[in-house]
Amino acid sequence: MITFRATCAILLGIFALPQWAWSQQPAPFLGSGQSLEETIRRGEYLARVGDCIACHTQRGGEPFAGGFSLPTPFGTLYSPNITPDPDFGIGNWTADDFYNMLHTGRSRSGYFLYPAMPFPAYTRVTRSDSDALFAFLSSLRPLHESNHLNELRFPYNNRALLFGWRALYFREGELKPDPSRGPQWNRGAYLVEGLGHCGTCHTAINALGGSSDDKAYAGGLIPMQNWYAPSLTTNKEAGLGEWPLQDIRDLLKTGISAKGAVYGPMAEVVHNSLQYLTDSDAHDMAVYLKSLPARNESPSNTPGASNVPATQLNAGHAVYTAQCASCHLKSGVGQPPHYPPLAGNPSIEMASAVNPIRMVLNGGFPPQTAGNPRPYGMPPFAQILSDDEIAAVVTYIRVAWGNHGQPVTSIEVNQLRTAALLD
Amino acid sequence: MLLLVGIGPAAVPADTPPDTMEARVQGCATCHGTQGQGTHDDYFPRIAGKPQGYILNQLRNFRDGRRTYPPMNYLLAYLNDDYFSDMAHYFSNVQLPFAPAEKGTHSADQLAAGAALVKNGDPAHKIPPCSSCHGPSLTGIQPGIPGLIGLHSRYISAQLESWRSGTRRANAPDCMHDIAVQLSPAQITAVAAWLATQPAPSSTQPAPAGQWQTPLPCGSQTP
Repeated sequence: MITFRATCAILLGIFALPQWAWSQQPAPFLGSGQSLEETIRRGEYLARVGDCIACHTQRGGEPFAGGFSLPTPFGTLYSPNITPDPDFGIGNWTADDFYNMLHTGRSRSGYFLYPAMPFPAYTRVTRSDSDALFAFLSSLRPLHESNHLNELRFPYNNRALLFGWRALYFREGELKPDPSRGPQWNRGAYLVEGLGHCGTCHTAINALGGSSDDKAYAGGLIPMQNWYAPSLTTNKEAGLGEWPLQDIRDLLKTGISAKGAVYGPMAEVVHNSLQYLTDSDAHDMAVYLKSLPARNESPSNTPGASNVPATQLNAGHAVYTAQCASCHLKSGVGQPPHYPPLAGNPSIEMASAVNPIRMVLNGGFPPQTAGNPRPYGMPPFAQILSDDEIAAVVTYIRVAWGNHGQPVTSIEVNQLRTAALLD
Repeated sequence: MLLLVGIGPAAVPADTPPDTMEARVQGCATCHGTQGQGTHDDYFPRIAGKPQGYILNQLRNFRDGRRTYPPMNYLLAYLNDDYFSDMAHYFSNVQLPFAPAEKGTHSADQLAAGAALVKNGDPAHKIPPCSSCHGPSLTGIQPGIPGLIGLHSRYISAQLESWRSGTRRANAPDCMHDIAVQLSPAQITAVAAWLATQPAPSSTQPAPAGQWQTPLPCGSQTP
């Protein structure tokens, strides 16, 4: 993700920011022309864009009080309290401290942060936006919630080792605008590469928890969560190449679109973050995403129907007819936006079968958003279908209607039955 | 649903889902039945006709982690209270006959012990009679106390065990936790067996609020 710098070779100035951001002077308490109230409101918006609440809030807990456990391949991390409590939060921090933390990935006392905090993306946030975020967080009610110690295994519990990781994968610095691109693209780049930290999931990470330029946004399995973050590139098989801007915008803001709905970890992102985007920011993110170049991605599959034994296809067709066709229709075209199409849907066809298997196992409601206030839910089938039945029906939807997916086995289904449903 | 079918394709385009709560909550159908009436699975309860406040509380409890069943926690994670209220309103108003009572494989002594606990409680262990909170005919009390009839014995005993272990909680004061920790495993088996073998009363409606004083203060009655 850090890597994406390559595409933004030219570094940015202020004009990447929207008018309301770049036309202002620094906030008054910091010596600028925006009232404190306006700055706090802008900071609240930016905190939503950054989805700070997702990691800094326990399920059912007080917002921003921390304590959320994040299992990683290296052990479990616990997010800190970021309310302005002087003992456990950021009550004694200054705006400089906050900017330095976001920008350098070092704590106020100087130690290296674990990159579960997406500082490789947040380093691109402007000083002005960092100050607004800090003003917002400082305006919250202080919560006297102590922080939970991380439970990382040796040697990962030694933060000094992050020196090496940072040398390999972290490039500090604000994003500079690309003057060859328009303001919409640049604003989209700033949001996607910075607070949005989309690459944290949509760029594959390696065994060291780092990522490389040539994989940027090409998708990857999210460790521990066992969901596959799909490619966002222009790759036609897997990516957003043929998605109209409107559908990307709809998906980001409402969680549903004519092309498909969000599910798994992306439902959280839309619910807590992206639904709050202004129309112009959602549009600009879509503009930028649509410009991402195709990467060295998994080769497109040849139509799989010929590889699948007729008995399995027939079994899959039978399950589909009994359980799926009433909503997704026999033709697989669905009833969008509420019942997504399965025919020609990259989520169904892509090389990794993890997501379609998990959708059938776990079902899901799209996130409730202002644009989709009463979502239609898909039932989980783990409770009523066998591994063989699910393998058959997922194989069927991956190869029917001219879809280009490959068959799946009941072993793959069985392995995903125990996948974590929530962190 | 019948109404929609009656209107037919002229009113509802073929490629548009019905604009109904029934269609929206089909995500619940595989476990709870197409109308929330329950299924043959011992561990998934009927939800149709339960008190609205009770259903709302459970939806919140699953979303916010006071109840632990990952498939439910996952389904409800990104939905809000206003939609939960719509769901609770829908399911509480579905009136369908209960499934036949379980035949039961428990001994007469176990059933008698269960009946005694339901009707008289166990004062020595500070366990009130079930009927003192769940209504004289055990069909629940509005707005937040559920009925105990029409459920599978395994479901009831699993829930009592969850209250004991803390994987099922409610807003404070969590009276069912206080009661469940006093119950012995034999008592749980007995009470679940007796409840599941009772036929549905003539009216399965929850009793109205405010007519009974419950022996313990319960957070679930103040949603």
